[in-house]
Amino acid sequence: MTAVRVGSARRVSWVDRFLTGLRIVLIALIAAGLVAFVAQQISVDNPFARWRNPDATGLTGDQLKGLVVTGIAQGSMYGLIALGYSMVYGVLGFINFAHGEVFMLGAMSGFVASNKLSANGYWESNFFGSFVIVVVIAILVSTAAAVIMERVAYRPLRDSPRLIPLITSIGVSFFIQNAVLGLLGPNSHSYPQLPEWLAKSRSILTFEIPGTKVMVMVVAALSMAVLWWVVERTKTGKAMRAVAEDKEIAALMGINVDRTIVLTFAIGGAMAGIGGILWGLSFRSVTHLTGFLPGIKAFTAAVVGGVGNLGGAMAGGVSLGAAESLGPQLILEPLGVSGVSQLRDAVAFTALVVVLLFKPSGLFGERLSEDDRT
Amino acid sequence: MSPVLSIHDLTITFGGLDALSKLNFHVDEGEIVGVIGPNGAGKTTFFNAITNLVPPTSGDIRFAGESIVGLDPYHVTELGVARTFQNVRLFPNMTILENVMVAQHCRTHQHAFGALLQTKAFRREEREIRERAIEVLSFFGTRLIGYRLDQPAFVLSYANRRRLEIARAMATQPRVLLLDEPVAGMNPKESAELTALIGRLRSEWGFTIVMIEHDMGVVRDVSDRVVVLDHGETIAQGSFDEVSNDPHVIEAYLGRPVEGAS
Amino acid sequence: MSDTAPPKDLFDQDWRRIVRLGAITGLSLIFVALIGMLVQLDTRLIIRRYLSLGYLTIIWIPVVAGYLVSKEVVLEGVTPNRKGPSDVLAGALTGLVGGAGLSLLVVLIDNFDIRDPLINWSPQLLDQLTFAKGIGFGVVIWLVIGAGLGLFGSLSHVVPPLASRAVNTALFTIVSVSILETAITDLLQGFGLSFVTDVVYAKRGALTLTSALVLGAVVMAITVAASGRGRELRVRYDALDAPRRKTANLGLWAAGVMVLLVLPLFLGKIMNELLANVGLFVLLALGLNIVVGLAGILDLGYVAFFAVGGYTTAVLTSPNSPWISPQLPFVVVIFVVIIAAAFVGLAVGAPVIRMRGDYLAIVTLGFGEIVRLLFLSDWLSPYFGGAQGITNIPPVDLGFAEVKGSDPRSVFYLVLFFCAIAIYVSWRLQSSRLGRAWMAIREDEKVAEAMGINTVTAKLAAFVVGAILASFSGAVFAAKVGSIFPSSFLILVSIIILVVVIVGGMGNIIGVIVGAVVLIGVLGGPKQPGLLQELGTYKLLIYGALLVFMMLKRPEGLIPSARRSHELHQEEFLQDAWLRGEVDHDAEAGEGDAAT
Repeated sequence: MTAVRVGSARRVSWVDRFLTGLRIVLIALIAAGLVAFVAQQISVDNPFARWRNPDATGLTGDQLKGLVVTGIAQGSMYGLIALGYSMVYGVLGFINFAHGEVFMLGAMSGFVASNKLSANGYWESNFFGSFVIVVVIAILVSTAAAVIMERVAYRPLRDSPRLIPLITSIGVSFFIQNAVLGLLGPNSHSYPQLPEWLAKSRSILTFEIPGTKVMVMVVAALSMAVLWWVVERTKTGKAMRAVAEDKEIAALMGINVDRTIVLTFAIGGAMAGIGGILWGLSFRSVTHLTGFLPGIKAFTAAVVGGVGNLGGAMAGGVSLGAAESLGPQLILEPLGVSGVSQLRDAVAFTALVVVLLFKPSGLFGERLSEDDRT
Repeated sequence: MSPVLSIHDLTITFGGLDALSKLNFHVDEGEIVGVIGPNGAGKTTFFNAITNLVPPTSGDIRFAGESIVGLDPYHVTELGVARTFQNVRLFPNMTILENVMVAQHCRTHQHAFGALLQTKAFRREEREIRERAIEVLSFFGTRLIGYRLDQPAFVLSYANRRRLEIARAMATQPRVLLLDEPVAGMNPKESAELTALIGRLRSEWGFTIVMIEHDMGVVRDVSDRVVVLDHGETIAQGSFDEVSNDPHVIEAYLGRPVEGAS
Repeated sequence: MSDTAPPKDLFDQDWRRIVRLGAITGLSLIFVALIGMLVQLDTRLIIRRYLSLGYLTIIWIPVVAGYLVSKEVVLEGVTPNRKGPSDVLAGALTGLVGGAGLSLLVVLIDNFDIRDPLINWSPQLLDQLTFAKGIGFGVVIWLVIGAGLGLFGSLSHVVPPLASRAVNTALFTIVSVSILETAITDLLQGFGLSFVTDVVYAKRGALTLTSALVLGAVVMAITVAASGRGRELRVRYDALDAPRRKTANLGLWAAGVMVLLVLPLFLGKIMNELLANVGLFVLLALGLNIVVGLAGILDLGYVAFFAVGGYTTAVLTSPNSPWISPQLPFVVVIFVVIIAAAFVGLAVGAPVIRMRGDYLAIVTLGFGEIVRLLFLSDWLSPYFGGAQGITNIPPVDLGFAEVKGSDPRSVFYLVLFFCAIAIYVSWRLQSSRLGRAWMAIREDEKVAEAMGINTVTAKLAAFVVGAILASFSGAVFAAKVGSIFPSSFLILVSIIILVVVIVGGMGNIIGVIVGAVVLIGVLGGPKQPGLLQELGTYKLLIYGALLVFMMLKRPEGLIPSARRSHELHQEEFLQDAWLRGEVDHDAEAGEGDAAT
């Protein structure tokens, strides 16, 4: 046999070195940005504050609080969408890329419904009643979309390698986007105004919070509570967890796997539908492209929180929202980057890379079956 | 003579459960060691630890005197440890020839540029890879050569898949060959034949062999030494006859006399 | 066909199946009408005065439904019924139910106005659905049309196979000739055969009814006459021994190259422009094929490398570059482009390469967006021009010729050169040590690593090779367009290239080329119009539908690599092997457990 060379030391490849370097640089940049920011907050005149950004002004306390509130409100919407990604990944082990479009369909159907109600004057006269109607319609549409999607596109692919359903879901996403474009046109559609009593700001714990954001946070928290109850306390939830753990064994235990998977999609769709309504009411305008970015960010949130972990998805959403809202102002601006608001999305994607670099299984741990972990 | 592969106090813990605890083991150059033990004794984990598919919790694994703990799996293979898998894992859609050719990756050197420029060195190496692959496959008689060479691996029968997997491991040119249940699922005739081949793997190819096997006949026929694992610990070792009469071993197999030992 | 039962009774129908399929047909028809394809695409005619692209998007649906309703999966042990009148009736009924969908739509549009959310709920749509002859006529006519088309679709079960093939070929040819009108006219003009154009096509475009009928008849005659010849050729090719087959292959390739070299000389500007665009996408698709098809890495941020190639070229050649402006010649720049792409490939690849395949897909997508957002940002606009981009990129001066956007033929030749490089690289790497390592990684990454393959470097190599090929495309793109903006590098581009690779056939060079030519040529690229330029944004809808359809029905692509089709159809392969007597029986064992 040929002589075998015996390496003496652990081989540290250049990839490892590069990644270590990248981690250090990222931490250093974040730390430098934060130090400069804190320095600015203390006094704009000290050398740390002016280090990279001579025009630094710092933020007032109210501005800072505003950013926190915006981040949390935005993040709770990401969280609602992220639940769908997380649940489907937990049960079927693939990324349903088209889940963002389910969210968009919720927002769109919410627009159609609220617009019609507003035209009748019912929206203004009985906001609470209209809100319930709109939510019900959006949930119905989103749920139906998610269930049909599962039936038509994903069920035949259940046993194929995981990239195949992912690619399919990209196609589904593309199709839905452009179908909505064809049906409803390219213009952006505006939700009706929220009633004055709801939209006005109120002061909670010294935070001045616009009513819309209060509503977003309350509705998101309620939905999360209901979902938690369903998954942890009902028989259906138990079946879902069993199917996530091992489909074959679950089937042997008498659980209807198909039905459980459909239910998973349905619940994920309903959450996305609620998210869509909240999105529409917060940002007022929706288009056929509304689903794309929030969809990817919600997936990021699911990863940040640990895929398959429902509490994690919500926490991941809020963390991502906060990172996206605060990151540009607290880290990039003090480092002298101009036009930071344009880089919000880039910050969100970077957050995904950072989390996967440091903690690939998310901040709160994944809950996946053995097969899905490789 | 120092052992080619030695393991000191190896412990592997999965979620609080010790799959291996304080395991000590060594194999000398040219030895054939059989590893036996009841199901769940940690035999496959033991192989996974050596090839670094599972990181050890504590302890040391030395190959030719150097620690190999923490190396990437490919690096361990490159140093000279090759293995087969209990649940045969071929590259099913690659042809039989390709399965064996690709295993010579770490023994060959041509990079993309050689292939793009079709250099002399590249073409020579390709030829050598092919020849060596056929040489290795011929070890199993005519079963894996001829028209079979260009068939995808998934058409093979179970026994032939096992053979191809051994051929693939041989092609990495190892010093130590780890065989995980090489005759599982074979009928008596096939396993007798493979037993003979395992002997020839040492005498003709010069491999040192560590073999996990449940078939006691095969273990008796080829092993110089037998190591018995139970609950992640070595409970006995020695020649097959010594081990099969050891009260601990009999106890580990639930008091039944060891099959085939009489 | 002796083992078939006699045809079913006329009314022995699977009513549920008919209603279900009919309902799906009806909904699909309504959907196509309401997304506006019927109205918007009515301007493009297929047969003058008789058929427009808009109607074409509708009428194929009942035909397919009529065909599907009587199509049975033949199970072992079940004798299928011979096809007969009952199947034709089923087809007609399915079509009728489908057509009823449109009749219903006619009534609804007439009575309700929901144009507010649905923009196509319009009088034009009603006009077109009723052929401007009143509601009653509209309702009845769609029932008739639906039934007729469904019947037509089901006929292919009962007429002799040759007849049905002849009709299908004829219809396909008529539609293709009409779609390819620009190309054919241009080509004929190049050869000085314009008079043929005048005969075939009407003055203001599209086939005339006469020419369509003549064309159909001719094609049918040819199909019948040539029946079996194709298979004969195939058999003869398969019977060739290895060296002869090599010669035959070489001959085919040489002929293909000659055509590609000569053809542009006879084509006009528009067609050359189209060819140049197609070429750019062939190049991108070949690069992505290495990453996705060979190494199995789903890179959705592939457009980033296209952008790197484009921006590197722009910065180094344009006098308007806001940062450094060395105005280097293209020939020098291309080497810098290679280095830049390799560098970015490594920098993006290193953090993602160890991730799970699906995470990698989303993270690369994120990287693709990050790259675009950075080029777009005010922060980097002093270097890359922000939203204003970089303009005034000079033509490529090769010394003996100048490649510029206003002369698409020259661009095409330049693209062809790079495509040749890409084909050569793919071909050589496929059957090399590195190519085998990629295959092994795609099959089973863990085992590949245990067999001594450094999976990280092998995958990075695929990433980098793909990146370099994409950057070539970017460089030529920059030189062709003469200016470069972040908006040219949307994620959309990545996805369209992915569709091209998948539709063509992952892992197969020819397949990928054919995919790019057909899809980009006919439907068009993200911003580049194809032959059916009237499609506008509907082409994205079609891309999405195609992707889903292919993944469900033919994941190996139109022209699959042999390996991919094994992978996806192992059972069929085993059956064939069994028929050839090559299945591994393990004679001694006496148990033929060839399949797992």
